[in-house]
Amino acid sequence: MGLLSDPNRRKAITTARILILNMILVLHGDSVVCYLAGIAWFMGLAFEPFTLRTYMSENAMGSTMVEERFPSGERALATAREFAAHKKKVGGMPVDWLVKTMRAQGLEVFTQSFSRNLPFPDESKERFVVRGTNVYGILRAPRAPRTEALVLSAPCSPGNSNNQAVGLLLGLAQYFRSQIYWAKDIIFLVNEHDLIGVQAWLEGYHHTNITGMGYTPLQGRAGSIQAALSLELNSDVVTSLDLVLEGLNGQLPNLDLANLFHAFCQKLGILCTIQGKLQRSDWDTVEGYTHSAQTMLLMVLKQASGRPWGEHGLFLRYHIEAASIRGVNSFRQYKTDATSIGRLFEGMVRKLNNLLERLHQSYFFYLMPSLTRFVSIGYYMPAFGLLTTILLLRALDLWVHLGTPTPVTEDGVGEGESPSSPGLLSVLTPVVISHLTGVALYTLPVLSQEMAVEHFPVSETEAVVLTAIAIYTAGLALPHNTHRLISGEGTEQGWRVLKLVALLYLAVLLGCTALINFSLGFILAVTLVPAAACVTPHVPKALSAVAMVLLSPGCTILYCVFLFQELQEVPVSLAEGWMLFLSVISQGILDHALYGSLVYPLLALLVYPCWLLFWNILFWK
Amino acid sequence: SLISLTSVAFLLRGNCKHVRTKDSPPNICGFNLILVPDIKICRLVNVKTVIPMVQLLNWRRGLFPQTKMAAPLTLVLILSVTIRAVLFRSSLAELISERVEVVSPLNAWKRGLFCYYVLQENNISLFFQTPLVIYLFHFVVDYAEIVFMIVDGITAVALYLAVQNYNKNVFRKQKYALEADRYPHDCLELMRSPKEMHYIPLKVAMFYLLNPFTILSCVAKSTCGLNNAVMALFILSTLKGSALLSAIFLALATYQSIYPLTLFAPGLLFLLQRLYIPVNPCRSRFWFFTVQYSVMFIGSLLVIVCLSFFLLGSWDFIPSVYGFILSVPDLTPNIGLFWYFFAEMFEHFRFFFICVFQINVFFYTIPLSVKLKEHPVFLIFMQIAIISIFKSYPTVGDIALYMAFLPVWSHLYRFLRNIFLVSCVLLACTALFPVLWHLWIYAGSANSNFYYAITLLFNVGQILLVSDYFYAYLRREHHLSQGLYLRRKDGSEATLVLK
Repeated sequence: MGLLSDPNRRKAITTARILILNMILVLHGDSVVCYLAGIAWFMGLAFEPFTLRTYMSENAMGSTMVEERFPSGERALATAREFAAHKKKVGGMPVDWLVKTMRAQGLEVFTQSFSRNLPFPDESKERFVVRGTNVYGILRAPRAPRTEALVLSAPCSPGNSNNQAVGLLLGLAQYFRSQIYWAKDIIFLVNEHDLIGVQAWLEGYHHTNITGMGYTPLQGRAGSIQAALSLELNSDVVTSLDLVLEGLNGQLPNLDLANLFHAFCQKLGILCTIQGKLQRSDWDTVEGYTHSAQTMLLMVLKQASGRPWGEHGLFLRYHIEAASIRGVNSFRQYKTDATSIGRLFEGMVRKLNNLLERLHQSYFFYLMPSLTRFVSIGYYMPAFGLLTTILLLRALDLWVHLGTPTPVTEDGVGEGESPSSPGLLSVLTPVVISHLTGVALYTLPVLSQEMAVEHFPVSETEAVVLTAIAIYTAGLALPHNTHRLISGEGTEQGWRVLKLVALLYLAVLLGCTALINFSLGFILAVTLVPAAACVTPHVPKALSAVAMVLLSPGCTILYCVFLFQELQEVPVSLAEGWMLFLSVISQGILDHALYGSLVYPLLALLVYPCWLLFWNILFWK
Repeated sequence: SLISLTSVAFLLRGNCKHVRTKDSPPNICGFNLILVPDIKICRLVNVKTVIPMVQLLNWRRGLFPQTKMAAPLTLVLILSVTIRAVLFRSSLAELISERVEVVSPLNAWKRGLFCYYVLQENNISLFFQTPLVIYLFHFVVDYAEIVFMIVDGITAVALYLAVQNYNKNVFRKQKYALEADRYPHDCLELMRSPKEMHYIPLKVAMFYLLNPFTILSCVAKSTCGLNNAVMALFILSTLKGSALLSAIFLALATYQSIYPLTLFAPGLLFLLQRLYIPVNPCRSRFWFFTVQYSVMFIGSLLVIVCLSFFLLGSWDFIPSVYGFILSVPDLTPNIGLFWYFFAEMFEHFRFFFICVFQINVFFYTIPLSVKLKEHPVFLIFMQIAIISIFKSYPTVGDIALYMAFLPVWSHLYRFLRNIFLVSCVLLACTALFPVLWHLWIYAGSANSNFYYAITLLFNVGQILLVSDYFYAYLRREHHLSQGLYLRRKDGSEATLVLK
């Protein structure tokens, strides 16, 4: 029993630890130092010399030559116009026309109809009861046993958007049909009602039903899907193509997919962006750094939202590497025509066709300050680690304090009337009450919308959002009196134990969150850690209460909304920002109900109760 | 200053609060009191230890108020049944019953059910469970949820009674030792008071019933709960001193999963101690009892195995159950150490390493039995912990059984050194298991190494926990014989080293 039980070595460890602790505690800026170091590290990630250049890891896609010959961009645009005409005529998805056209191109064509009742009306997209049809055609691989497939998808959006995407998809289908080198089935999917359609199709394809969607089973199926590309195109010519990677719950596709896109853009001379930002070469200037920091922060914010930012986002859940490619038409002189875009897709699909196994060689955890640079998990995790270290140091500090004066602890039995049992109760009560508040925040908004609409002059969506905010605020008033109900006077020991529990809880919670969705974990850590580290019952109440509220998870969302708008260079006024904040909340709840995004339950059931524990400590008497 | 017991008691009654809190007036806290010659102890005692001392004396005179503990125990039982019932009815039950941390191929309800139906329909014997359990399924298949809740309740009550009994014994011993003046003078603060021990059985029951691990295991209908119940009954019957019942339950536990075989040694040691037979190979009485106990054990094991044979009419279950446990063919990830290691291994090393891994589980019995032969109950705890760490298909239900014993050793708390670190590690790992499983299996962004790293850390945490308790126990025993404040020969302060 070496290291930990040999007293001599142990003494060495302990003295070293005490030295470090003392050093840190003497400075008493331990938390501040760690916190600033964490933030600085994180911001440093956008600085180009600290990042790595992207490179293709997958052999099957790297070394093979592919020649792109897609000729019929003009024809694709003609198809797009025809599609637009039919769409206008039918007033929705021209199912019959699509089936006919695809069949004429020699694909196996199937349709799937689906329906979904939203828990409350979605005001931003104006839908409540959704019914629609997906049309998909399968191009069977002539040279392989049909066990694997690729998906190309384009949404059939309302109005005049995305017609060109469908046109190009059909054009590609026709061209691919005449090629002989396909080793994987290719599925061309045109889906209605954007993400809901994709969700229905994917659930149908994989025989699952996780979100309570009503859909007809799929008649035709190809092999297991290896990769998917989603296309969004609104104009005949584009100036640049934007790559969208952020998927459901902050999941990202393998970095090789981004590399593939970038490689073909370079080859074909197409301008490519990520987060709508072009790459700059002047990394050593302030502007250059700011630019890449903006790009990275945008990615962080999008990832933290846990929302699928394109149709590809839902594929990722099924372990399918996917990305959305969005055409952007701005005032720039240099334009790219549909033929080039078609060639880009042809090249990408052909390379994906060459894959021998799923993309797995490159990174899954990364942040991109530009399309050619990335930060891998090993580089960004220390930033988060520094922030959580504060929590652990504080917990250790409390543990030492709790241990030294009396050897009584949570299950330690003390002298006299066993202080452990009221102690335990006084800790357990706030924990239980906070979590019950969290459960209320999670369930009540959707459940009580009808009642709210009856009694107040608001729409359903407003009712849901306002109920959520009301419960959130009510929670602030509720739990800080609870421990006194049972245990009478709260003791000095009591809040220390509660804080210890809360600190460890928060550390584990943030750690797990950061593993699944780094950005979310980091953003929560940035605001929650200072509050968690500093709160005691002995600080000035009013001031710290204000600070605590400003650092609560709800306010974090508000800041993120403003920051996001600022970074996208469409700054909003306070009132608009508030409206956006409300819509973000309703979207979050909808995302959870429709696609199973975990951000809302995470915040309501775990993060908010955890924050309430600290709130409780502040008002400990 | 010499104060008689009555005045000490009076003083304490008057200033109870002052004595208990740390900021008591110095004139009381600083006093060194000399206790009465009533129990022939005449030594310097710090005020801190006065309270237990007074309680001790009271207890000796039968003055200690005995409150009834049945009501709180019932309350705990009702609470735990409620939690389980709610979880059984919620949508989580399905999810929990498929977690690899909670069910192993050996104790999964689904697989057991599968065996049962295959046996019933086709008369083909295909086993993941022992025949008796499958036979049990015959009766319980419709009321599985209630049965599993009752089984958990039985385990808790058995542990409760066993620990109550054990505490009584510990007390009696301590009293005799005190009266015989066998403890060194400065060890009074290591004495245990009846007040502090009063709640321990209840805490044990609570630790078992309200432990999230037990709850998960019960909701997943893992047959691990049954094994735990058998083990608890074995412990109860041993501590009550019934050799026959002890042997029968030990045989049942062994029949269920082989590993409890290592509990034979502590069981035997306890019964020997209870009958005041010294562990001495030269004495015939020692051999007589050992042979008697082994015959009872082997006899009941044979009866159970033969019963299984007669139920089925074939011996197929022996290779398919015990072969399955020992040769570890199923490498589904779990919280144990086997799966990753054997998934990575070349086939021709497999046999060798399986032997090494399996011997590892049994090997600790010998040194531990030698070291702890005076303390068989602690040895039982150690053995259960070792089994649950090193067995081939461990689940969280196994861990819950030895964790229930932690309150029994709460007096060792002052000697534990890594408890904060270890509890943080165990807590973090428990949270990380599902997260990394999600990243590996569903998101595809992590791989098996991540999950195994956490498994490894979790087991290291458990090993540290157990060895910490082992060290603390030995150290307390050492202090009880050598005095609390050890000096080297030259008078400097000495430290204890566990090597």
